[in-house]
Amino acid sequence: MFDFLSEYDVLGVFWVTVQLTFFAAIGSLIWGTILAGMRVSPVPVMRGFAAAYVNLMRNTPLTLIILACSLGLNQTLGVTLGGEGVDQLNFRLAVLGFIAYTATFVCESIRAGINTVPVGQAEAARALGLGFTQVLGIVVLPQAFRSVIGPLASVLIALTKNTTIASTIGVIEASYLMSEMIENESDRILLVFSVFALGFVILTLPVGLILGRVAKKSAVKR
Amino acid sequence: MSAPSVLYDAPGPKAKARNIGYTVIFVVALAGVAWWVLAEMADKNQLDGEKWSPFFTDSQIWTTFILPGVQNTLMAAALAILIALPIGALFGIMRLSDHIWVRWPSATAVEFFRAIPVLILMIFANEFYFNFTDVSADQRPLLAVVTGLVLYNGSVLAEVVRAGIQSLPKGQTEAAQALGLRKTQTMTNVLLPQAVTAMLPAIVSQIVVIVKDTALGGAAVGFAELLTRIRPISNNYGQNTIATIVIIGVVFIVLNFIITSIASWLEKWNRTRKKGSGATIAPGAVDDMATGRAV
Repeated sequence: MFDFLSEYDVLGVFWVTVQLTFFAAIGSLIWGTILAGMRVSPVPVMRGFAAAYVNLMRNTPLTLIILACSLGLNQTLGVTLGGEGVDQLNFRLAVLGFIAYTATFVCESIRAGINTVPVGQAEAARALGLGFTQVLGIVVLPQAFRSVIGPLASVLIALTKNTTIASTIGVIEASYLMSEMIENESDRILLVFSVFALGFVILTLPVGLILGRVAKKSAVKR
Repeated sequence: MSAPSVLYDAPGPKAKARNIGYTVIFVVALAGVAWWVLAEMADKNQLDGEKWSPFFTDSQIWTTFILPGVQNTLMAAALAILIALPIGALFGIMRLSDHIWVRWPSATAVEFFRAIPVLILMIFANEFYFNFTDVSADQRPLLAVVTGLVLYNGSVLAEVVRAGIQSLPKGQTEAAQALGLRKTQTMTNVLLPQAVTAMLPAIVSQIVVIVKDTALGGAAVGFAELLTRIRPISNNYGQNTIATIVIIGVVFIVLNFIITSIASWLEKWNRTRKKGSGATIAPGAVDDMATGRAV
């Protein structure tokens, strides 16, 4: 019954999904933290830019962003991101799109986390004579990060599911193979669907459970 | 003088000078990026007037391509929310049932459909209708898109409903029981009406997620929504890909911005009105660890 599965590289495409998620997660964590820093900074232009960026990106469908990376950046403007060959190129364009989109959710989570740090912490830091970058980098952000592990885990899980959109620009990941298989094996579509659904449950469930435990352990007790 | 933020002191002369320095550096960096993009676009002839002007002078581009796309997008989103709401309410209430044989199946279904991507739900639904029903080929994409959206968003809304009912003060249930109401009566006459107002902001902001997710339908099952118009427009109007992407992005942003504004207005209205419990489920408040929220 499961023989036909060996004809397809199911594990391989899920590995691509994992890779997409991994690189996009690292990138959006970095870019999202920078955006959050800009949103609370003393420089009005940075605040304005970060707020505008977040609001515009969040209201755009991810599919449009990914398509814009491929059709706009690559095919029209000729940006290649140093990718050689079609597969590597599309992979990098997709990761770029995911970072641009997911970073806005990371930014909003971290900003909410900054608000959970008691005012006294920042006031004490300022009383010690620390400047803005020191207050944020040494005192506030480390505490904020500990309280946003939960929300960030949710963002990571959503990102894992969103990586399926990379198939629209030809990255061969899980949903790409699924739509191929479901057409070839039209007499066992339920089985094919179950295999891929199970794959995503296996990918997302442990992340939620493990990070949920980490979040509880690392939360600042107040 | 009070500080503008707890994170930094009110700037003195030195800090003001420094902030101006940062502003200049940042603006120059932004301008540099913008200049590079515009130069590249000009180089590839994407800034030419005739690539952008059709959107403002030629009404045909709107009536033949964009507006039908908007119509399909909104139709799929509206159908999805209208079907998903009652299903979500049903499953949300079932998860709160006292009977374990009602609670468990609904919890399993809700958690399952929240854990898998909407895209593969749509692909599966499309193939399912193709193999097992005799839905006509023009109706199938819409049906597949709506099915995928309903399965996913129904389970998200189930969580919203559950959170909405649980956010009500316990005294409401206790008072209803003291009056001798049955469990069904407590739910339909006391809890649900109050929970619905608390849930409104979260429900409305879920519509944003639905509108954005209809865009998946174009790529996955060939549903003729707004994004599928990019290629025909750029083919008909001289390869103006970037202009088309920008305009379609703006249409989406405006649509979603209107919906977001309604959601935050409802949230504010909930907080300030005198009647009711004042409970509110903020957009994105349902944030279950196990499966992730609707991003």
